[in-house]
Amino acid sequence: MTLLMGGVAYDPKVVTIWAGFRDWLRAHDLDYDFVLYSNYERQAEDLVAGRLDAAWNSPLAWLRCERLAAAAGRRVDPLVMRDTDRDLTSVLLVRADSGCATVADLKGRTVALGAVDSPQATLIPATFLRREGLVPGEDVTIRRFDVGVGLHGDHIGGERDAVRALLAGEVDAAAVVDANHLLFGQEGTLPPGSTRVLAQTPPYDHCNMTVVDTAPEEPVRRFGELLLSMSYADPAMRPLLDLEGLSRWEDGRTGGYGALAVAVDETGFYDAEGRVTAPEYVP
Amino acid sequence: MAPRVLDLRGLSFESGAHLLVQRALRDLAPGQRLGVTGADPALEVHLRAWCRRHGHRVRSPETEGERDARAWIERGSADLDRWADAERAGGPSAADTVATPPGHWGLAARGALVESGGPEPPFDLNHRDLVWAEIAPSLYRHAASAQWDPETAVDWGSEFALPDEIERAVVQVMTYLVENEQAALVVPARLLARIHPHFREVMQLLAVQAADEARHVDVFTRRALLSGGELGTSSVSGRESLETLLTEPDFSLASFLLSVLGEGSFLNLLEFLDTNAPDPVTRQVTALARRDEARHVAFGVAHLHHQSTLDPALRSRLRAAVERRHDSLQDTAGLNQDVFDSLVVLAAGEWTPDAIARGWEKVRKLQEEMDDGRQRRLVHLGFPGDEAAELSRLHTRNFM
Ligand SMILES: [Fe+2]
Ligand SMILES: [Fe+2]
Repeated sequence: MTLLMGGVAYDPKVVTIWAGFRDWLRAHDLDYDFVLYSNYERQAEDLVAGRLDAAWNSPLAWLRCERLAAAAGRRVDPLVMRDTDRDLTSVLLVRADSGCATVADLKGRTVALGAVDSPQATLIPATFLRREGLVPGEDVTIRRFDVGVGLHGDHIGGERDAVRALLAGEVDAAAVVDANHLLFGQEGTLPPGSTRVLAQTPPYDHCNMTVVDTAPEEPVRRFGELLLSMSYADPAMRPLLDLEGLSRWEDGRTGGYGALAVAVDETGFYDAEGRVTAPEYVP
Repeated sequence: MAPRVLDLRGLSFESGAHLLVQRALRDLAPGQRLGVTGADPALEVHLRAWCRRHGHRVRSPETEGERDARAWIERGSADLDRWADAERAGGPSAADTVATPPGHWGLAARGALVESGGPEPPFDLNHRDLVWAEIAPSLYRHAASAQWDPETAVDWGSEFALPDEIERAVVQVMTYLVENEQAALVVPARLLARIHPHFREVMQLLAVQAADEARHVDVFTRRALLSGGELGTSSVSGRESLETLLTEPDFSLASFLLSVLGEGSFLNLLEFLDTNAPDPVTRQVTALARRDEARHVAFGVAHLHHQSTLDPALRSRLRAAVERRHDSLQDTAGLNQDVFDSLVVLAAGEWTPDAIARGWEKVRKLQEEMDDGRQRRLVHLGFPGDEAAELSRLHTRNFM
């Protein structure tokens, strides 16, 4: 029986990546195929309903799968994740000449976040602000940059717009994932030295390959084993790994999603059974 | 040995800090550690993100002895893995070409260290014997040094006045030349896009050849328009003849039909025009083109000579190509009648019966010389005399 994986088509390269992986997996005797979704919500629902065996999930989609599965008496597990999915942080940026020295100094000011469903640029930073004593919407004004809603922050556009607004003086701070702050600096969106890192969140994990317990055991085991064996030294694999942004697959783990789970509850993004309850969220 | 600590001082990752980190990591083996310190407040944030992206691990100082660095990198192997089975694409000099360069070398410079994998562009002329001639590098150098500027190489302002009908004959011949030059441009241009760039001297030579033809198109057009009139005629039969050149996919056969037989015959034609030109501009443009054409013919002949020593079956394929082309053209008129008549008028120089007879005789001799030239080149390629004569006779009446 074919092991069927879901993925979200947040960019045309997704087809190249998974069609390439499919060829390789099939050449290694795994009967594998994939289907693409336009957003993570339907993919999560289909995984837990058993219409998929595996899903390449955003961290938010992982949490939703966990909740949906628990409510349905099922179980999901993170099979593998990319090396680049581990220990990410988000940073709160201010302009270099900002008078703000601590997060508390942002009280009464405006903070730019990313898309409503972005873990790294919206949900985790919002919870971080709360931990630091600033309730979003009360102590600070939130200006959201909703680009690619439904893609759970995979679209970089919201973060880029947020830092542009920061540079333009329209907002007082902006939240982005650490890697994008590096990228925006290197690509020139942010002139060197134009921004200052006001604060950094604790590390958290990003995507994972979620499998559901209705999936056949042996193919799932083989799927994980094959992904972990993909080598960056293999010239056939390297361009695909580069496109997907990893140099090796690592074991999945559940420990890095705590902050996001808190954020989901605080913002009422999903309820305990995994229903979408976020206001203003239309994937 | 204690692990090294790299001090970035004030340098940030927004201003190139990764270069120093990368350089320091080069000296380490996977698993070894590098400490990084510096004054940029965002150092840890950016170092962590950069290392994650490049397959290195990072952690904060843990023991007292580690506190002289702000972060510690454990070197990964992604960069080494990327180049693990890279190979040199032959060597830079023409003597270092390989016979069958792999497709994935593609556009890489010959002699570059080529990362394994990647796209395989459709360069189907990918075996040295398909395209090479030892003379290619020196012909290319010569071709590059012999480029002339159409603006200054011809004395466009020279004063002359031709009788109307002689001028019209010149214009007709120029119109015909432009049509042929355009075919001679398109054929090498199409071929050169198919050559594996590993054989870059051949690619370069054909590129300059195409550029030569571009200038020929230019100067012949300008000569035609010098008197301010219209261009001459273009016949179906002439274009049919040229069309058969465009459709030949085999490099050696295309080079044979175009350069050895076609441009070979053109050498005689350009010499004829140079000698019989009724005005200085016509003489100059044909003389300039003729020098270039000699090079085009030389490469075609050298390539086929090289080929025929490697492939005994080549001659029968060449023969078949001439026959095929002849068969497909045998129901066409061949040379545009207007062109033939114009050559006679041009050589006659005036409209008296004696002059026309002289012109006619000159054109007959021209055709004889073309035939001789073709036969000589065919014999050079190893054809027996009688076969060379027969093949030369089958060559298109359009000359090119
Ligand atoms: Fe020419
Ligand atoms: Fe030519």
